[in-house]
Amino acid sequence: MPATFHSASVDTEEFGRELDKIRDEVLASLGERDAAYIRNLIAVQRKLELGGRALLFASWLPPAWAAGTAALAVAKILENMEIGHNVLHGQWDWMRDPKIHSATWEWDMASPADQWKHSHNFVHHTWTNVLGKDRDIGFSAMRISPEQPWHPIYLAQPFYNALLALFFEYGIAIYDVELERIPSGKKDPKEALTQLRAVLAKIRRQIVKDYVAFPLLAGPAFLPVLLGNLTANMARNVWGHTIIFCGHFPEGAEVFTEDRLESETRGEWYLRQLLGSCNIDGGRLFHIMSGNLSHQIEHHLFPDLPSNRYAEIAPRVRALCERFGLPYTSGSLARQAGSVWRRVLRLALPGPGRPAAGEPPARTLEAAA
Amino acid sequence: MILTSASPATLLQRLSAAAQWLTSPLLPDDYLGLINPLWGAGELCGRVEAVDAETSDAATLVIRPGRGWVTHRPGQWIRIGVDIDGRRHWRTFSLSSAPGRSDGRVTVTVKAVRGGLVSDYLVRSTAPGTVLRLGLPEGAFVLPEPPPPRLLFVTAGSGITPVMAMLDGLRLDNADGPDVILVHSAPTPADVIFGRRLRNLAARWPRLRLHERHTRSEGRLRPADLARLCPDWTERSLWACGPPAMLDDIAAHWTGPADRLHVERFSLVPTAAGPGGRVRFTRSGREAEAGGETPLLAVGESAGVLMPSGCRMGICYGCVARLRTGQVRDVRTGQVHGEVGDMIQTCVSVAAGPVEIEL
Ligand SMILES: Cc1cc2nc3c(=O)[nH]c(=O)nc-3n(C[C@H](O)[C@H](O)[C@H](O)COP(=O)(O)OP(=O)(O)OC[C@H]3O[C@@H](n4cnc5c(N)ncnc54)[C@H](O)[C@@H]3O)c2cc1C
Ligand code: FES
Repeated sequence: MPATFHSASVDTEEFGRELDKIRDEVLASLGERDAAYIRNLIAVQRKLELGGRALLFASWLPPAWAAGTAALAVAKILENMEIGHNVLHGQWDWMRDPKIHSATWEWDMASPADQWKHSHNFVHHTWTNVLGKDRDIGFSAMRISPEQPWHPIYLAQPFYNALLALFFEYGIAIYDVELERIPSGKKDPKEALTQLRAVLAKIRRQIVKDYVAFPLLAGPAFLPVLLGNLTANMARNVWGHTIIFCGHFPEGAEVFTEDRLESETRGEWYLRQLLGSCNIDGGRLFHIMSGNLSHQIEHHLFPDLPSNRYAEIAPRVRALCERFGLPYTSGSLARQAGSVWRRVLRLALPGPGRPAAGEPPARTLEAAA
Repeated sequence: MILTSASPATLLQRLSAAAQWLTSPLLPDDYLGLINPLWGAGELCGRVEAVDAETSDAATLVIRPGRGWVTHRPGQWIRIGVDIDGRRHWRTFSLSSAPGRSDGRVTVTVKAVRGGLVSDYLVRSTAPGTVLRLGLPEGAFVLPEPPPPRLLFVTAGSGITPVMAMLDGLRLDNADGPDVILVHSAPTPADVIFGRRLRNLAARWPRLRLHERHTRSEGRLRPADLARLCPDWTERSLWACGPPAMLDDIAAHWTGPADRLHVERFSLVPTAAGPGGRVRFTRSGREAEAGGETPLLAVGESAGVLMPSGCRMGICYGCVARLRTGQVRDVRTGQVHGEVGDMIQTCVSVAAGPVEIEL
């Protein structure tokens, strides 16, 4: 856990200017190499999916089932994370290829791309870790920060967090509809209904594809194919849930109160993004499989820079943090995931009072002098 | 039997709709394109199969168009999308081949303009095997059917390209074919695109008379020169393609009926600019400050908006978008115009004050 520091002593604006410099450098150097990266990745992902599904047709052989399911799971993870999430962020819009563009991309997720772009790119990335604004804090259904008042329902949160992990894509889709804002009148029920219909239409296509059409095509292998597809989808859900929770909710990530937002400068915005995010250590393959959300800090500082560049700029961002005396939270997947689960378990119970041992309080950071 | 009553086209559509259930959220095309980009019909592609040098700064690209191609009329142009340094750029090029070649291929002939991004890349850095995005043939710079009995072509530089496609289709080997004069300008004999081919044709076909104007030694072609080389020039049907100054000269001195003068412009001379304004792209939510000289097309492209485009000079209408609020200035005329809901050409429109574009 990083020591509490006082941002008043940090030259936030200088920190922001240094980050802007990194951003401009990357933008100016985008080119053929980056385009080749995403094109190759998309081709690999699609071939992996075709290969996985082909193998599953022979799934009465247990090794074929295992290999096919694994290939399909990996393809689905790549499709959602390193490709879909990042394309929808507009990271590849600079290529001006309508086939790889945030305005046209649709993904294998229950959330229609348009709805997700609003709730994720706009609400979450703008209001990152601000209580009452960033609906991603505990996905509005869990108590992840001691600042959130306790309610008996949170006693069940370890259980429904596990459930959420298994059905993550549906959780996200329902969550994007913002049902909890209807009673207070902040959300038009008609709009919510239209959104729900779009979600259902997408879910229907997914279900027909994975649980009806491909199993039927496999004839006698109907059941193993269905189970293989189900396993691949669940594996993707659990993986996505783990990576995303590790990016924002382990100890070390901070949450903020709303007064922080008033007249926030660019430097302060950068600072909030940094303090609200945690990286996960790992090798190249791991970073790709996590959609480079393992570079959550870099991603939150520069959400629209191509993800293949995050690993390259990470040492520079870390060095900057050191220079400015800012924490740069990073840890292994096991450590971060353990930390998230400890928090989910601890905060299921009332308390702790503030300040609590092991739980960083939400801080109002004064604007830097 | 339901299937027998369906035409092959609708049968294919039904099959494709059924296949979409297997490929959702992608299209079957996205997987077909993995094997061969020319097979996808969603995005027309062409593969460069040969690049033949024409002069020191011009080359002919022999292209095999993919599924979805439609035969062109000689004189027409296509939009070509090229990826350079990871970014897609669209430009317009006339087809220089006659339609219906037995090998199924078409050609464009490109002259590298100084400082020109796409033309230079196509002439010097394009290897056989490169896949290009294509648009379908468009344009009204074509010969009527049957062709008029007396024709005059006035071309300069790369302006010969659409005319080359027309000559090939004119059956000039035929004794009762039309009477054709071609006046072509280029700096030196070595700079004449299709020089050897044109000279050979003129030698073989008495009905084709070729006048080469070598501007480095003889100076630029003037309308008076035209009248000298071809006294009946305003009585002929005239097709002209070349730099703006030459075309403006010809148009100003043309005394024949307007419907016999056909002009194709490859580039555009913008008029004086005014102050710009803030541009908001409503669908993508992007915004940018735009100067009075930057076309909305370029403004949107730098802001990361997926801007449709083509010729970038007001000809192809590949760039039109709906104006939501504000007014724009047409860079060709300087005229300020626009009402809510107008479809405007973003490539020749600049912001005249704050505007919103539906993209
Ligand atoms: C209907 C149509 C048909 C065309 N057919 C052909 C063809 O068959 N062969 C061909 O080579 N070109 C053709 N062009 C021109 C072509 O589309 C491009 O405009 C040209 O190749 C320059 O593109 P660029 O990217 O290299 O230059 P850019 O990078 O866009 O421009 C660089 C500089 O060159 C100037 N410039 C732009 N176009 C021209 C031009 N045509 N001549 C001189 N300077 C120019 C610009 O003002 C700018 O200063 C055609 C254009 C049109 C509209
Ligand atoms: S791009 Fe051709 S008219 Fe605008």
